[in-house]
Amino acid sequence: MSVLIFVDQAEGQIKKSSYEVLTYGAALAAQLGTQAQALVLGTVKDDLSTLGKYGISKVFTINNTSLDHLDAQVYARAIADAATITQATVIVISHNQTGKAVAGRVAARLKAGLVTGAIALPDTTNGFVVKKSVFSGKAYANVSIKSTVKIISLNPNSFHTKTVDGTASIEALPVNVDASKVKTVAVNKVSGEVPLTEAEIVVSGGRGLKGPENWGMIEDLAHVLHAATACSRPVADAHWRPHHEHVGQTGVQIAPNLYFAIGISGAIQHLAGVNRSKVIVVINKDPEAPFFKAADYGIVGDAFEVVPQLTAEIKKLKGL
Amino acid sequence: MKILVCISKTPDTTSKIAFKEGNTKFDDNGVQWIINPYDEWYSLVRAIELKEKDASIVLHLVTVGLADCDPVIRKALALGGDEAIRINTDSSDSYYIAAQIAEVAKQGNYDLVLTGKETIDYNGSSVGAMVAELLDIPYISLATKLELNGSTAIINREIEGGEEVNEVILPLAVSCQKGVAEQRIPNMRGIMAARTKPLKVVEPVQINELTSITGFELPPAKAGVKLVAPDNVAELVRLLHEEAKAI
Ligand SMILES: Cc1cc2nc3c(=O)[nH]c(=O)nc-3n(C[C@H](O)[C@H](O)[C@H](O)COP(=O)(O)OP(=O)(O)OC[C@H]3O[C@@H](n4cnc5c(N)ncnc54)[C@H](O)[C@@H]3O)c2cc1C
Ligand SMILES: Nc1ncnc2c1ncn2[C@@H]1O[C@H](COP(=O)(O)O)[C@@H](O)[C@H]1O
Repeated sequence: MSVLIFVDQAEGQIKKSSYEVLTYGAALAAQLGTQAQALVLGTVKDDLSTLGKYGISKVFTINNTSLDHLDAQVYARAIADAATITQATVIVISHNQTGKAVAGRVAARLKAGLVTGAIALPDTTNGFVVKKSVFSGKAYANVSIKSTVKIISLNPNSFHTKTVDGTASIEALPVNVDASKVKTVAVNKVSGEVPLTEAEIVVSGGRGLKGPENWGMIEDLAHVLHAATACSRPVADAHWRPHHEHVGQTGVQIAPNLYFAIGISGAIQHLAGVNRSKVIVVINKDPEAPFFKAADYGIVGDAFEVVPQLTAEIKKLKGL
Repeated sequence: MKILVCISKTPDTTSKIAFKEGNTKFDDNGVQWIINPYDEWYSLVRAIELKEKDASIVLHLVTVGLADCDPVIRKALALGGDEAIRINTDSSDSYYIAAQIAEVAKQGNYDLVLTGKETIDYNGSSVGAMVAELLDIPYISLATKLELNGSTAIINREIEGGEEVNEVILPLAVSCQKGVAEQRIPNMRGIMAARTKPLKVVEPVQINELTSITGFELPPAKAGVKLVAPDNVAELVRLLHEEAKAI
């Protein structure tokens, strides 16, 4: 019996969401009175013994170049085999892009019950019940897992990383790895920007900003906060902003610590993508805008006047 | 070439979310059911576009659900597709649903199985991956573009902070999201044609559910918004820094 935590990496670097699942998995192992062990696939540049800082006793590695890049089929088999060899009873994965590709596959392979988008540690007083976000953040469901092996995928930004003293031992696992059937012919990364799904702070603009030429002040505010930029759906549909910035029910779902909604009315479909944000700030000239009902802080005012002042005040605070 | 599109029904996006029977069941009183937007706008429309380019493509739709799904699946057929299969059972366990779909998919020998990125009620994002595993075929999730070139699929998929382009030989399963296609409105001809398209009902295979929902909760209500005057932006920054500790 142990908890196996899948550590996701890209281009040899461990992702931020992985530290959240490591902390979560270690807390879960402590709750179950068992060990937290991590699994790293492919070539990673980070010093893996430092994962001990997240409460991990042992790091298993599978070194094979087929694992340097995601192919859900190859990854799932490696993760499932590692879980079987290490006799893991709980597998923890991030509900990020990689998790969405592989968690279901691992579950089907092991006939293990899966709860995706978990937001808290399971209740293990009577069975094994995991709380997850449903109806696009409008409610929670408590889901009981009945199988022997259980899989939890954790919503990004829902569990804070914590560090302790400790180093982990490292062990390579003898697992056969299939050749990948997926050929990656191009990777297009938006350089210099903070990735939206990983951002702690997001500055988002809506149709109230009138046109793409007015996004300079949104980018300035995002820049001083080291934040990602986002937008409402009509803004992306009108090509004022790139599609990958569209948040909401039909766009990207995010849960940052701080979300600025500027010139966005707060339609229910927009809220569905952002209502898991910890703190919401709304800037809208209409006091009746529905977004104020979902907000923690607000300014009823003209974005064109408020936003530049906001950027200036934050610069002052940060001594920039 | 045969394509299978997985269609699920969900409450209309503006539905009031409430629960009944001691918060153990979704209260569907007065709820309008729609095709899950990711299934309708993206995977189904893309499959129809592919068929419009290549008339030899056979396009089937599949849904796991009881008879109350029929209006939704007819609406999907009004957009396009040759026939629909409804697997006559209901469950909240994604593995149970995926195993039912996989059974139909195996019998139909499809080259391409399309799902939406997620259902907007249970937000699992897992049925497609499970179907792919049960069929032992590659799976590309969160696709934003899907092209076919003979027996090769060229797919853009979302990654953190960008996209990557993948090439995979069929058979293949793909989950679709925004970018793959544009929303379409069914026309009168489609609606008339859908009435006579076959809707086969098949009984489920015996599968044990691995999870079950024990109850629902609504999030705690927000304390209410704290408003700051527009000429006092410094106060907002102070609150965010000192009170919310968010900056
Ligand atoms: C099935 C479905 C799915 C959808 N999915 C999504 C989704 O994923 N994401 C999404 O965002 N939408 C989605 N929508 C659309 C959604 O219903 C709204 O239409 C959309 O969110 C509105 O965008 P907006 O707030 O930018 O624009 P508007 O509703 O036009 O609001 C603009 C706001 O700006 C304010 N404003 C104007 N000028 C100023 C100024 N100078 N300063 C400050 N404020 C100003 C106005 O008071 C207003 O509140 C979906 C709709 C449907 C039917
Ligand atoms: N009951 C169902 N019947 C048919 N397809 C489904 C069903 N449930 C989910 N799917 C498909 O799987 C996708 C992902 O669903 P989920 O894993 O529940 O978020 C959906 O967008 C559908 O394409």
